[in-house]
Amino acid sequence: MGTGRLYAAVAAGGFRRYATYRTATAAGVFTNTVFGLILAYTYLALWHERPHLGGYDKGQALTYVWVGQALLMTVSVMGGGFEDELMERIRTGDIAIDLYRPADLQLWWLAGDLGRALFHLLARGVLPMAVGAFLFPLALPSRPLVWAAFLAAVTLGAVVSFAIRFLVALTAFWLMDGAGVAQIAWITAMFCSGMLLPLNVFPGVLGEIVRALPWASLIQAPADVLLGAADPVAVYARQLAWAAVLLAAGRMLQSAATRRVVVQGG
Amino acid sequence: MAEETYGGVYADAEPVRDRRRPPAHRRPSPAHPDRSSPGEGTYGRVREGLRAYRLITAMWIRSTMAYRASFVMTTLGNLVATALDFVAILLMFSRVDVLGGYRLPEIAFLYGLSATAFGLADLAIGSMDRLGRRVRDGTLDTLLVRPAPVLAQVAADRFGLRRLGRVTQGACVLGYALAAVDVTWTPLKVALVPLTLLSGGLIFCALFVAGAAFQFVAQDASEVQNSFTYGGQTLLQYPPTVFAKELVRGVTFVLPLAFVNWLPALYVLGRPYPLHLPAWVAFTPPLVAAACCAASGLAWRAGLRSYRSTGS
Repeated sequence: MGTGRLYAAVAAGGFRRYATYRTATAAGVFTNTVFGLILAYTYLALWHERPHLGGYDKGQALTYVWVGQALLMTVSVMGGGFEDELMERIRTGDIAIDLYRPADLQLWWLAGDLGRALFHLLARGVLPMAVGAFLFPLALPSRPLVWAAFLAAVTLGAVVSFAIRFLVALTAFWLMDGAGVAQIAWITAMFCSGMLLPLNVFPGVLGEIVRALPWASLIQAPADVLLGAADPVAVYARQLAWAAVLLAAGRMLQSAATRRVVVQGG
Repeated sequence: MAEETYGGVYADAEPVRDRRRPPAHRRPSPAHPDRSSPGEGTYGRVREGLRAYRLITAMWIRSTMAYRASFVMTTLGNLVATALDFVAILLMFSRVDVLGGYRLPEIAFLYGLSATAFGLADLAIGSMDRLGRRVRDGTLDTLLVRPAPVLAQVAADRFGLRRLGRVTQGACVLGYALAAVDVTWTPLKVALVPLTLLSGGLIFCALFVAGAAFQFVAQDASEVQNSFTYGGQTLLQYPPTVFAKELVRGVTFVLPLAFVNWLPALYVLGRPYPLHLPAWVAFTPPLVAAACCAASGLAWRAGLRSYRSTGS
């Protein structure tokens, strides 16, 4: 089997695995819609008080809410994706088998996670967005090119998100129980990704810091591309740079970690 | 909204053992766990349920305390995670002075009441959203054969003392709000604050129980419950003026979330409620809470009676 086909099969597996739970998915869509509704009204109140806050008009702010709800699961802001499983494999020692396989550990999990991301984008993203567009006057672009640019930014956001969570998972080599790190990771992601509030609304220096951090690639960057609030090329450049740095860091950490693995005979 | 991961080991195999257990004839028969044995009133059942709840919670607290450092860290994490909502409000107020016509201390008052009431309910019976998993994998059967009310067992299941973090965070915001808010306090208004917390907590408890009852039917749909519990809590953090009238009507007359904090809090703040209800409605939360608990109790019975084991 060619290498490309192998990872494509892993990605398809990731997609199918999450597609199995239909009721749970429907329930998740409902939850995303409810939270989108609540947030949309609070954003309306905020932008009523300060029109053009953060460079968005009301329609753009409302669109931002629903983009956030659509991407929450896709880019795994709250975690709970592959990293829980990887940490468990590290803790139990099953990781030794994974390292023995003729496939790259990082690419293997990346492929699976991208498959999951695609499923979540289609299943948990499209419907809440449609409800949002039905209930509120959203500023959705009409040109297909903008949508294509948005999807590219979402893909890169999913890769950056994976790279961060891969690093988080690898800490289990040293800590054994990764629950604490995972919690810190998702709280940071919630705050810094723009899920809590658009990052361009954050005041002063704090705003500049969170916009420069890798988490901005998860929600803020794709949303800005969709809303036409940022130049796609500059957004991609930043996302690619973070993805490269973080994936490389993941590889370095992995090679440091695997030197620690001792397989007990038996 | 926060999905929590659970460490520790299942204690399913280990029934609650206690020498002070009542004699067998006073316990409900295991085959009909939701029915009391003849001659025993509701009072006896409630007392027995509370006792089982107390014993199981005590067990989980002991198990939590075996790893004290982990307990401190998860509690802190719980506190920080729940504080994010308030951080969002603070960030909003870094750019505006009023939101929906309300200033920061007033919104903090709404937030503090809603978050503390929800925190109390979450601490008490927050693990109930795990019921769907038990129905799915069949471990609910274990609870059915135990000599204690199932509701008490499910409510106390995996009791998480770390959820004190949420209560603490809500109480801190409420404390700030009480100090900063501009209200001429009357004895009535002072009495209304603890009353609101208590009845609000009970309304959220009723929501948890009703949500769990729903999971007998829709086993995988625990997230739907989250929309009403966590979602409701988020909604109530903001003043009703922010939301559309239909939504406010919905959470007043259909799903009575408005009684958790909006109605009593707006009376305390001296603000008009958007729906022109009579002023005495602000004092009805305890009645509404009682009605909610009764309704969710009925829903729970119906749910439990409809339970069919996976058989495996």
